[in-house]
Amino acid sequence: MAVVLETISLVKQFNGVIASDNVSLQIEKGARQALIGPNGAGKTTLINLLTGVSRPTSGSILLDGEDITDLSTHKRVRLGIVRTFQINQLFSDLTPLETIGLAVSERRGQGLDWWRIVGSRPDLVAEVVEILERFHLTDVIDKRTAVLPYGKQRLLEIAVAIACRPRVLLLDEPAAGVPEEERHEILAAVAALPSDVSVLLIEHDMDIVFSFADRISVLVNGALFVEGTPEEVAHDARVKAVYLGEELVDA
Amino acid sequence: MTPPPIAVRTATEWLSARARWHPLEIVFWFAAFAAIYLFPARHLILTEIAWLGLFALSLDLILGYAGIISLGHAAFFGFGAYTAALLAKHEIIEEPVLALLISGCAAMALGFVTSFLVLRGSDLTRLMVTLGVALVLRELANRYGWLTGGADGLQGVSIKPVLGVFRFDMFGHTGYTYSLTVLFILFLVARRLVNSPFGLSLLSVKSNPLRSSAIGISVDARLVAIYTVAAGYAGIAGALLAQTTAFASLEVFSFDRSADLLLVLIIGGAGYLYGGLIGAIIFKFMQDYLSALTPQYWPFWIGLALVVIVLVGRDRITSWTTPIRLMAARLNWRALARRSAERL
Repeated sequence: MAVVLETISLVKQFNGVIASDNVSLQIEKGARQALIGPNGAGKTTLINLLTGVSRPTSGSILLDGEDITDLSTHKRVRLGIVRTFQINQLFSDLTPLETIGLAVSERRGQGLDWWRIVGSRPDLVAEVVEILERFHLTDVIDKRTAVLPYGKQRLLEIAVAIACRPRVLLLDEPAAGVPEEERHEILAAVAALPSDVSVLLIEHDMDIVFSFADRISVLVNGALFVEGTPEEVAHDARVKAVYLGEELVDA
Repeated sequence: MTPPPIAVRTATEWLSARARWHPLEIVFWFAAFAAIYLFPARHLILTEIAWLGLFALSLDLILGYAGIISLGHAAFFGFGAYTAALLAKHEIIEEPVLALLISGCAAMALGFVTSFLVLRGSDLTRLMVTLGVALVLRELANRYGWLTGGADGLQGVSIKPVLGVFRFDMFGHTGYTYSLTVLFILFLVARRLVNSPFGLSLLSVKSNPLRSSAIGISVDARLVAIYTVAAGYAGIAGALLAQTTAFASLEVFSFDRSADLLLVLIIGGAGYLYGGLIGAIIFKFMQDYLSALTPQYWPFWIGLALVVIVLVGRDRITSWTTPIRLMAARLNWRALARRSAERL
C-alpha cells in the first residue's frame, strides 16, 4: 500500500520538555489506524504538528512524498489533511446546514465569492443535503448548533470534516463524552467513513480502538513505543506494562 | 432512528433565509426616501444621520460580522473626509461622486495597511491599536498644517454640483438625497456581501477561528479583506460629511467620534446591518432633543441609556437585540417549514 502521510524524525520541544520524540509515523492509503497512549503521551502534540497548528523543532512531514512541514493549517486542509476535535469546535450561532454549506463552499474554492447568495448553487446544496443525511442531521438542520444535543454536535464535528473531503482524517476521540445511548450512532458514522480516506483515530476507549483499527501505534512519553496489528499490540508485554492494570482486550 | 430525508429545495430555502427581504426592511427604506419629500425642514439632521449610519454600518461589518472591535474607526472616516475636502479645494477632482469614490479608495488603502495590526491579539489589544492609529493620524494632520489647515480646519472648500447637475444648498436638500442614495447603494452591497459564502465565512471566523482554519479558511486573509472594505465604507462616510458641509477639521479624527460610533452601534445592536442605521437615528434625535432640553448635560442621558442597554444585553454588549432577532428568525423559519410541508 502507498504511504499517504509520513513523518520523519519529528521532534517538538516546549522549553526543553520533549513532547514529541523522534516520531516517524506512516499512514497508508485507506488505513484504519489508531493512535493510543496514556495521558500526556503526546498524542495531541502530534495532531497539532500534523495539522500545522504548531511547528516541529526538527524533522519533517510529507504528504505523498512532498514536504509540507512549513505549510499553514488551512493550506494543509486544502491538500486533504483534516481533523476533528476532542472538544467540540463548532460555530455555535450557525445551523448545521450553514456549517456544512460553508465547509463545502470553502472546499470548492468559493469562499471569497461575495456577490452570490448562500445556497444559490443547486449542486452545492445537493452535496450538503447528502452529507447531512449521511450523518443523520436532517432533523436539526435549522437549529443553532449551540442548542443541539451533544451527540448531534459530535456527529456534526465529523460531518464538517467529511465535507472538506479529506484524504487523511485525524479523528480526535470522536465519541468522547457522548452518553451511552447515543454512542452507537457515532461509532456507526466512524465505521461508515469512505474506504479511500485514511483515518488516524486517537482514542482512549479500547473497545472502539480494537473494533475499528487494523493497525495500532502506541505513543509513550512522546515517542512511538510499539506499532503493529491489534493482535500484536494486545499481546505485547511492554504495552501491557504501560497500561498496567488496564485490560486491553476483553478475553 | 434515522431522521427523514430533506428536499434540496427546502434546504436551499433555509440556506438563503437570511438573505430574504423582510417587509419591515422595505418599510424602512421607503420611509427614508419618503423623508426627502415629507420632512424638508429636517434635511440637515437627516443628512447627519445618513453619514453617521453609513459610518456605523462600516463598524458593524468588522464588529458584528468579523468580531473586530475598534476604538479608532475615525481614522478612516477622517482620512476619507480630508481626501474629499482636499480633492475639492485644490480642484483635482471636482465632481463629488467621483471624488467620493476616490476618497473611499484612499481609506481602503489605509485600512489594508493597518489591517495587519489587528490580526493578532485580544479585544483589548485591538482597542489600543485602533485607538493608537487614529491618534497618530490626528497628530499627523495637526503637524502638516500647510496641507490640512491644522487646528483651524480646511477652509475655503467649495463643492461642485453632484453629477454636474445637483447643486448643494444650505438647507441640506441635495445633501440628504445624495447621502441617502450613497447609503442605500452601499447598504445593498453590504447586504449582499454578508449573505454570501464570504459573509458566512466571516461569521465562522468570528465564532471560532480555530475551526475556521481547520476547514481550510485563511482566517487572516478574511480579516484583512473585511477590514479593508469597512475602512472604505468609513472613508466614504467621512467624505460625505466633508462634501455636505464643505469643511474638514481635525475633529474628524477625534477619539470622541470613534467612541460615539461604538455607542451608536451598541444602541442599535451589531450583526444585522440595521443596527448602525437605527442607532444613528436614535443617537442623533436623542442628541438633538436632549441638547435642546439640557444643552450641557445631554451626554448624561446617553450614558444612562448605554448602561441600561449593556445590562439588558448582559453577556454580549454587541447584541442586546439578539433575543428579538432570534425570535423573528424562528417565526420566519416556521413559516418556511410550513410552506415546505404543504408542498410535500
